Amino acid sequence: MESMVNNNKLGQFIMNLLCVLLCICCLAPFILLLSSSLTEEATLMRNGYSFLPAKWSLESYLYLIRKISTIARAYGITILVTVAGTVTSLLITTMFAYPLSRKELPFRFPISFFVFFTMLFNGGLIPTYMMYTNTFHIKNTIWALIIPALLMNGFYIIMMRSFFSSNIPDALVEAARIDGAGEYQILFKVVMPLSVPMIATLALMVGLTYWNDWTNGLYYLTDSRYYSIQNVLNKMITDIQFLQTNASSVVSAVDASKLPSVGIRMAIAVVGALPVLAVYPFFQKYFVKGIVVGGVKG
Amino acid sequence: MKETSNTQMVPKKRKRHRNLKMNLALFSMMLPGAIYLIINNYVPMFGLQIAFKKYNYADGIWKSPWTGLSNFTYLFKTKDALIMTRNTILYNVVFIILGTVMAVVIAIILNELRSRRAKKIYQVLFLIPYLISMVVVSYIVFAFLSYDNGFLNNGIIAAFGGSKINWYTQPKYWPFILVIVQLWKNFGYQSIIYYATVIGIDSSLYEAAVVDGAGSWKRIWHITLPGLKTTIVTLTLLAVGRIFYSDFGLFYQVPQDSGMLSNVTQTIDVYVYKGLTQLNDVGRSSAAGFYQSIVGFILVLTANFVVRKVDKDSALF
Repeated sequence: MESMVNNNKLGQFIMNLLCVLLCICCLAPFILLLSSSLTEEATLMRNGYSFLPAKWSLESYLYLIRKISTIARAYGITILVTVAGTVTSLLITTMFAYPLSRKELPFRFPISFFVFFTMLFNGGLIPTYMMYTNTFHIKNTIWALIIPALLMNGFYIIMMRSFFSSNIPDALVEAARIDGAGEYQILFKVVMPLSVPMIATLALMVGLTYWNDWTNGLYYLTDSRYYSIQNVLNKMITDIQFLQTNASSVVSAVDASKLPSVGIRMAIAVVGALPVLAVYPFFQKYFVKGIVVGGVKG
Repeated sequence: MKETSNTQMVPKKRKRHRNLKMNLALFSMMLPGAIYLIINNYVPMFGLQIAFKKYNYADGIWKSPWTGLSNFTYLFKTKDALIMTRNTILYNVVFIILGTVMAVVIAIILNELRSRRAKKIYQVLFLIPYLISMVVVSYIVFAFLSYDNGFLNNGIIAAFGGSKINWYTQPKYWPFILVIVQLWKNFGYQSIIYYATVIGIDSSLYEAAVVDGAGSWKRIWHITLPGLKTTIVTLTLLAVGRIFYSDFGLFYQVPQDSGMLSNVTQTIDVYVYKGLTQLNDVGRSSAAGFYQSIVGFILVLTANFVVRKVDKDSALF
């Protein structure tokens, strides 16, 4: 191999250059977002959003601090929904996947098919929406952000089941049974502790989905009290659109003053994205693993 | 079995009793998940019948009167049906082709790089766009494209003395914008999947190739690419199975629901959502949803059938 290193110096340089350029493409938009949120409003009006604003300012964030109650509430909702959703999801997913991984489970094949089928066919938005609103009256409740679509999916069940099948030795479960452990004890005291890395990976993937979800809020919430941070962001876009399309007819000057101005919009987007980006470096190992495990069938 | 004596019967009975208890425990564990799947997934499947009914709110899905195929004739008479089908499929085809090529090239590059540290850093950074929600992405896109304040209009076009472009009203730019945004957000994720496959290729193959004097290109062509073939075929087929579905956020949120762009941004998912919430046209909207579910189902089955032929382990069932 040593002799090839020299020959490949140019190749290595080009490949690294390409990767660095791609990294810049990944990061630059975030830098634009961040520097826009830190630009003085008058400068924004004059020069637009830019990477290196002529005049920096914290005014957008100071405005957000004054409006802290809205932001804090939305954050609180997001955190609540993410934690409650992720914990419930992990619990019911592992509790479904573990029995399915036991060879002695009766009706194992039909039950697997029951799960698989949900991955092949679905009713889509309209029947789902009608059922949740008309039968379960989920509209404008906190449940709307937790329950529809996100709580469990067939793919995660299959992923966990395969993990249990290939990583938990039958002998171990049998030994626990002979020692008189019940099935719940076996799952929570024997199987779960051995599956921590896998559960952490799944927790990360489900948690990210909950944190980033805005569709449930869009479908089922009209009451802004339950808005998550993503819904607040979403609502701002719609408000601005509404104002733009109706600008000629409405006394726009009055309404426009109520709207978050040019810089503040970007500040809120930063606030919405920051927590995920901040914790990502610490969890990236699990995250990459989750992608690799889930990849092919995802 | 007939000869079984009484003394042996007792433990057997006890064993059967124990099995029953065990099975009950196992089934009870599965109960919450099963209930969720029935409610969240199975009931809506039956609810698809709404596409054949004249929906009214008071009667709901189950009691509204039947209306035959009129929702469908109504839907397919409009040019919306053709446009949204075309958009959904064409965008997906472009995403599949460009996304796969980009991801495979990056996976190979990552594999050829010598510095472990650099590889690691690249992987971590490539995934960043994947982490944020489409709502935040739409703000980022807005920061670039806003007519009054966008970076492209003020920072680049103005610097070269051009006149501002009203991006959100000009359909011709959006096929490119949407493709760029989609690739930007997802290339890292796909690259990592392919990279994991590349790492899994037997390293003795590469060692043997080096001994035989094969250069980088030869190794890539004769070892890495053949090693990736199954994964490429499988992932592509699975993506083809989902060709009737689109990322709602990308097509609804990123163009900010601009009516003037709908010709190039309206996919089936967007149409269904807008029919339900904005146009209050449940009939056409539910017909479109039914159309998506059924064609989607057929496509997944077909794709899976083909995947089974290529690589049995990668098939869904």
